Amino acid sequence: MLKIENLQASIGEKQILKGINLEVKPGEVHAIMGPNGSGKSTLASVLAGREDYDVTGGSVLFEGKDLLELAPEERAAEGIFLAFQYPVEIPGVSTTNFLKTALNEIRKYQGQEPLDAVSFLKRMKEKMKLVNIDQSLLSRSLNEGFSGGEKKRNEVFQMAMLEPKLGILDETDSGLDIDALRIVAEGVNTLRDGERSFIVVTHYQRLLDYIVPDFVHVLYKGRIVKSGTKELALELEEKGYDWIKAEVDALV
Amino acid sequence: MTTPIDFKAQLIAEFQLNETRLNGESRSSLHQRRRLALSRFEQLGFPTIRHEEWKYSNVKNLVSQEFNITPSAEISHDHLTSLEIPNLAGNILYFINGQYQPQLSTIVSPADEVEILTFAEGYKKYPALVEEHFAKYADDSNDAFTALNTAFAQYGAFIHVTKGKVVEAPIILRFISDARTENVAVQLRNLIIVEERASLKVAESFRTLGEFASFTNTVTEAFLGKEANYDHYKVQDESEKAFHIGTTQVHHNDKALSYDTTVTLNGGWVRNNLNLVMGGEYVEAHLTGLYLPNGKQHIDNHTLVDHAMPNSYSNELYKGIMFDKSTGVFNGKIFVREDAQKTNAYQSCKNVLASPDATMNTKPQLEIYADDVKCSHGTTTGQMDEEALFYLQSRGIPKDKGRALLMLAFAEDVVEKIKIPAIREYLESAIAKKVGEV
Repeated sequence: MLKIENLQASIGEKQILKGINLEVKPGEVHAIMGPNGSGKSTLASVLAGREDYDVTGGSVLFEGKDLLELAPEERAAEGIFLAFQYPVEIPGVSTTNFLKTALNEIRKYQGQEPLDAVSFLKRMKEKMKLVNIDQSLLSRSLNEGFSGGEKKRNEVFQMAMLEPKLGILDETDSGLDIDALRIVAEGVNTLRDGERSFIVVTHYQRLLDYIVPDFVHVLYKGRIVKSGTKELALELEEKGYDWIKAEVDALV
Repeated sequence: MTTPIDFKAQLIAEFQLNETRLNGESRSSLHQRRRLALSRFEQLGFPTIRHEEWKYSNVKNLVSQEFNITPSAEISHDHLTSLEIPNLAGNILYFINGQYQPQLSTIVSPADEVEILTFAEGYKKYPALVEEHFAKYADDSNDAFTALNTAFAQYGAFIHVTKGKVVEAPIILRFISDARTENVAVQLRNLIIVEERASLKVAESFRTLGEFASFTNTVTEAFLGKEANYDHYKVQDESEKAFHIGTTQVHHNDKALSYDTTVTLNGGWVRNNLNLVMGGEYVEAHLTGLYLPNGKQHIDNHTLVDHAMPNSYSNELYKGIMFDKSTGVFNGKIFVREDAQKTNAYQSCKNVLASPDATMNTKPQLEIYADDVKCSHGTTTGQMDEEALFYLQSRGIPKDKGRALLMLAFAEDVVEKIKIPAIREYLESAIAKKVGEV
């Protein structure tokens, strides 16, 4: 589904990704962990097409297409969804209206007719249950005045509505209490259908107690320095990152 | 080669010519007031950019043009179809080059609810009432355009709502400059009297027909009695060659409530003055404005909120989206007089520069002489929020559409204040078109 080869990216003069290799197959959940400043969020942003970053080398293929050639909205329409670490507040645009526009733009790209009002509302109702989100929240301006938990739930709700092939969660767990974390994780788990894949960027083991990954990768200084199964996350929880840092730094 | 006519001299000569035709009316106190105004205009002359109030708005291109200052008004309904506002209902009055067109207009409110007349008819019917209010609020002692307008006061509307009457149907004044065959200049003067506990919604819509230049100099004076409710909307969609200078003057008495909303969709060169004087206590006033200039349009909004008495509240929000090489000015004055304790006055002006070549000049000006008050002001001028745009894109919304969506949302804060649904819908679709196309 997704094939990242030797991906390098920088912001301004500063190189942040120094050659990432990662392959995600349909239905897999990959956790990306690593200390602060290792490049985790940069990887998520580059995949979604944020313009602040310059890709200086490497390639990313998504279902055989060159992802780096596509505009962010085209990547979304191809089936990539980024759940933001800091969802943006947009005064004056209701979540409902925004999602209707987004959904129909994606359908247009895919050569489908716009969803009629009844089907749209039906889908809304269905997905609202998934993340336990309230109608009143959705008629308000997008994320405006939402609590941290409400914003993250709204991200997962949007993901459920847009039904991407690959969901990228960028530190979705940051700032969440345990109840909100559970709701968000349950929402994600119901979207795991054997076909849809996820990249879960997180700093903590906590989230991975609820969203159990198939693979865990440790990002450090812009490279994936260790990969393993979910047990690796437990090891990191226990021992921290220092032992990995020491291993890597010893090689340099 | 013809010598260019001096615009000021042309106007003064026209005034004198008019005077000879006035017959007995020339001795009326109304006309004496016009005379005073003319002498003030003569003395003041047109302002230059050295004048503090006109620093960013140069009238040079306006006063160097030649205009027919007594244009005719021959038009049929067919010419107006392109200017129609869909689903508009209520009292709709058409003025072509200042002259009222009864055959195009509709008045639905009963006369015992609200008297809707032309300014001239109003004076004929209610001379004492007009004299009591005319030129009492819009100050022409230091403003050449208000003085000029006062001197020529004749065209426009007279609206009188008597005590306790609630006018259900809105009044829409449609001022159309017909510049199809020549440059035209028009002076419009409206007098609106809303007595104690009465309620009125009135909109002024300005449009242009034709490719020639037009100059509209308009003054609307509104007197609000105790506990009067007043909604006033000014909607401008004029041509690239239209000059517009307008003063909206509102005088509040105790507990009056007013909403003034000014939306400028288009106009070559626009100066709007909105002046509120709170002559009573417990007044509540809302001022909102929106401007979306493109091309080389210039839009200047000057507002003045004069808290002359205690315990009043004012809230002001102006927003602009500046395209292309447009220029804009916002100057917001708030005076809190020594006696005006317990005043709450808020002001905010937010601008988005949608083009690197657009310019916005903002100047909040608060003069506070009382000590027990709450006042705040803030202005921002910046680019479109790129993070918000990326957020929309990441959900599949193309960049252009996302940008238009954000601009519409930005404008909505102001548009939603308009309580005449047909006008709000007309604006929403006009704005959507403008932000989508530019």
